[in-house]
Amino acid sequence: MEKNFEPKIIGIFCNWCTYAAADLAGVSRMQYSPNIRIIRVMCSGRIHPEFILYAFKNGADGVLIGGCHPGDCHYIEGNYKNLRRYLLLKKLLKQFGIEEERLRLEWISASEADKFVKVVNEFTETIRKLGPIPLKKEA
Amino acid sequence: MEKPKIALYWCASCGGCEEAVVDLAEDILTVVEKVDIVFWPVALDFKREDVEKLKDGEILATFINGAVRLSEQEDMVKLLRRKSKLVIAFGACAHMGGVPGLANSQTKQKIFDYYYHTGPIVYNPEKKIPDPEFTKKQGFELPEFYEDVRALDQVIDVDYYIPGCAPPPNVVKNAVLTLLSGNLPPKGKVLASDKALCEECDLNKTKPAEGIKIKEIKRYYEPEKVDPEKCLLLQGLPCLGPVTRGGCNALCIKGNMPCTGCFGPVDGVKDYGAAALSFIASIIDSNDENEIKNIIEKGIPDPIGLFYMYSLPKSLLFRKIIKEE
Repeated sequence: MEKNFEPKIIGIFCNWCTYAAADLAGVSRMQYSPNIRIIRVMCSGRIHPEFILYAFKNGADGVLIGGCHPGDCHYIEGNYKNLRRYLLLKKLLKQFGIEEERLRLEWISASEADKFVKVVNEFTETIRKLGPIPLKKEA
Repeated sequence: MEKPKIALYWCASCGGCEEAVVDLAEDILTVVEKVDIVFWPVALDFKREDVEKLKDGEILATFINGAVRLSEQEDMVKLLRRKSKLVIAFGACAHMGGVPGLANSQTKQKIFDYYYHTGPIVYNPEKKIPDPEFTKKQGFELPEFYEDVRALDQVIDVDYYIPGCAPPPNVVKNAVLTLLSGNLPPKGKVLASDKALCEECDLNKTKPAEGIKIKEIKRYYEPEKVDPEKCLLLQGLPCLGPVTRGGCNALCIKGNMPCTGCFGPVDGVKDYGAAALSFIASIIDSNDENEIKNIIEKGIPDPIGLFYMYSLPKSLLFRKIIKEE
């Protein structure tokens, strides 16, 4: 494995909770790993499995999904839909030979900047240990 | 006036697509009347040299079925591409990789081991495998067996697609008549319905207004227990109609068989399996992590087999990652 491997991580966060937590972490000047590139969606229920596969195909080494805690979804049950897709997608990724740990779902509310920082740092380290994703391009 | 020239070719396929052409029955006469078939290895005695003799772009349309696995197939489709104005991917294998595309979840080595050494009906005490050097001495060349299976448009430029495993006669007939009409659709079009299969399924009206929720995903092995009057999804069978392109008039469902998605996705979907996975997951009736896991564990033991039965090479991930041991 390359020595200076810096993982590329895509974070897909819901507007109402996890994205707000990331915002709070920023405003509070908390330090966290710079490997994450954050994409905001209105609800974690908006995250189509295709987005995640697309991220992996285009060079992401890990994908972190963030949504509101169960019961707290701004749209009532978007996060539950996301949870079901996430669990099934994990099983699919495993069958594709991609380590399950490369995809992670966390419920982080708008006030949990500490949890956000902890999760991002932890996830970056997990991916750093796993190394780059050895996807094969067609042809 | 000279009749337009047509060619047909097959790559990694089962032959069902050739059957589909013959399935046109008497309608084939209408087609044959209007065209001149210049190459069709399965039915007519033309050779590669006959294609080579043609001018570039002389063939109006070439219909190619099957995925691409061998160097010979790649070579032939590139030749046909040069000689044809239009190339049409015919059937699910040329369109998306098809069932042969599932081999992308294995390595070439494993496939060779099974077929030449460990398979239950193999008797090969001398452990012989195809040897390109040996055949060269005999005066002919063995094609190379590639590591991966590819869909036709991953090898050459494709103008249109006729979907299906195999394409049903009505779809083939309409597609061919569209092409012969001279009024060509935009490049890259899949020549079937633009709507999802549910739209034309008779059982669609049995879906409740509040949507479908299922507690169990059943595996399909008791066809006699299927109620032919009720949407298969409501009965817990993973029918992929909602994300699959229509055009087949729900043939499988009329036979009590859930849709497995041979027509591929509707326009705009990049990854058929992801779309199918997304919709199946969202109708699971549970908000509890462990219960969801249980339902998935019991109902979907093989996600690639269910969601990518016809489209693994065209999936975003292309093939399974297999670490060398």
